[in-house]
Amino acid sequence: MKKFILSFFCVIGGLLVGSIVLKLSGISPTEAYQVMWNGAFTKPSYIAYIIIRSTPLILTGLSVAFAFRTGLFNIGSEGQFIMGALSAALCGYFFNFNPWIQIPLILMLSVFIASLYGGLAGLLKARFGVHEVISTIMLNWIALYLSNTIVMLEGFHKPNTETSQFISQSSSIAILENWKTSEAGIAWLASHPMLSDFMRPSINVAIVLALLATFFIWLILNRTSFGFKLKAVGQSLEAARYAGINVNKKMTYSMMIAGGLSGLAGATHVMGVSKNIAILAAHEGYGFDGIAVSLIGANSPFGVLISGFFLGTLKYSGQKIQSALEAPSEVISIMIGAIIFFIAIPSLFEPLYEKFFSVGRKRE
Amino acid sequence: MKDFIFLFSTTLMYATPLMFTALGGLLSEKTGVINIGLEGMMTFGAFCASVVAIKTSNPWLGLLAGGIGGMTLSILHAVASIKYKANQVVSGMAINFLGGGLSIFLCRMIFDGTSMTPPIDLEKKIPSYFGQYATVYLALSMTFFIWIILTRTVLGLRMMSAGEHPKATDAAGLTVSFYRGLGVLSSGFLAGIGGASLSIAIVSNFRPTLISGQGFIAIAALIFGKWRPVQTTSACLFFGFSQALVIFIGGRENIIVSSQLLSILPYILTLIVLVGFMGKTTAPSALGE
Repeated sequence: MKKFILSFFCVIGGLLVGSIVLKLSGISPTEAYQVMWNGAFTKPSYIAYIIIRSTPLILTGLSVAFAFRTGLFNIGSEGQFIMGALSAALCGYFFNFNPWIQIPLILMLSVFIASLYGGLAGLLKARFGVHEVISTIMLNWIALYLSNTIVMLEGFHKPNTETSQFISQSSSIAILENWKTSEAGIAWLASHPMLSDFMRPSINVAIVLALLATFFIWLILNRTSFGFKLKAVGQSLEAARYAGINVNKKMTYSMMIAGGLSGLAGATHVMGVSKNIAILAAHEGYGFDGIAVSLIGANSPFGVLISGFFLGTLKYSGQKIQSALEAPSEVISIMIGAIIFFIAIPSLFEPLYEKFFSVGRKRE
Repeated sequence: MKDFIFLFSTTLMYATPLMFTALGGLLSEKTGVINIGLEGMMTFGAFCASVVAIKTSNPWLGLLAGGIGGMTLSILHAVASIKYKANQVVSGMAINFLGGGLSIFLCRMIFDGTSMTPPIDLEKKIPSYFGQYATVYLALSMTFFIWIILTRTVLGLRMMSAGEHPKATDAAGLTVSFYRGLGVLSSGFLAGIGGASLSIAIVSNFRPTLISGQGFIAIAALIFGKWRPVQTTSACLFFGFSQALVIFIGGRENIIVSSQLLSILPYILTLIVLVGFMGKTTAPSALGE
């Protein structure tokens, strides 16, 4: 609990830094926050966009957090995301079963491939002592260029574009996509303006999967002996080894689970939002933002859930100050950086915490 | 012979930003402070250099500004890690977000909302001598300079002792935080120069995708080079060489492999080399404490 309260202080600090930066640049911070607030919460469709924006961040955040708990730093979330997206785009285009078979099949395959990709980094560390920070950085670029190569392959490439073919309709996880444009759907939505507005973005089931994933990761970490062993490895490698835990295996498994989570983020992004993949010139940043989400959420599953939504909201509403006030939306990155910077220094806000929250405890 | 010269000079060109940055990382880590924020410092350095080079038409002032820009960010990292005993990995990650965000934010403020700086004229870039940018020679001599400092001077030995045995250093009457601060600030300065050597020498402007991961590659080179100056530079040269190889093979007419597939080469090569030749790593013992 203490960690969450400290994170909360850090967030406040980060928002303050953001206002100072804006103020120094001659932009009114109150106006900017007003625009952001209105751009985030005043219409049902904004909420829907925020949910869509937050879903991959929650999943990559979980991925990074899970690895952190095992003492591993998963910078490779980015590459695992790409592998998940690539697999989903391939399967979604080349398979065309009944949706009830198609969707679980694609999800399982993409998660499986991404988890192998993540596990590779774990294996390299366990077997050859290659630091996971280096191997995952290399694997990120390998995934990126591999994906770019496959996008351009004849038969998968959409001619005259920089993208792949769209996935089949049966692979889409968007909710009521056909119904929305059907006559009955249009008529019904016309009489329910609030819901109609909420349904306007391509809202999809990915958020349900993200919530389930959060719960399962919590379950693994807190209610299974497997999770306990993983945490033991994370807290003290030598002690865990001495206690008879197969440390090398645990590292590989941990990276596999982390990879699977990032892969799920990539797959659901393709199946619910983008419907295809494109040539990437540089990394999209889902994995890097996942690191931020994990750190702000104190590496705990439910913390990640909250901070994922928080970051998704910031990222979505931050775009709006660009058009409304001509304020660079990169102020959001500065805020995130400041929040993480404060999180790195727990001693900074500890006195505040002691003052306001630990009165009862002192008496014990 | 022509091919050889092409490979040789392209290798040097691509390795230069990495050399500066990795050597910077080395100075920080030798004193015991992990610096994962090199990417952010590089980005900010590249931006500052580009702005100053445009405004003053003097590339050397630009290069200096790049160093100072990187160093400014590293002050944050130094204060957090040394004074407040922060988690160094987390603080470094924060620098990465700050460096990237701040550069593009300021760029939009200064240049009317665009995320790229306008290009500088060819004759106002860092000059080249014998077919190589001056920064290449600077990076190579920096390697030897740092090697001499670390192994042959009292200052260097003290810096290293702060990273190996901070308690013993303290007991010997030396201020550990001074040497650590020195290490972190010089890493910021060098990473900034590394970024500048991209934005005002290799290309002629700053853009958001300019650095895209090179700070992390520099960290990889540093670990690959086992925290030693000459080996670290060699690791950067190795990486530069594999990049040059990609361009060399990609430029041949009878090649059928797509350029995207070819681009994987440097990363695969690095992984293979790491698996095959890594052996025992020799990080400074008090790293991250």
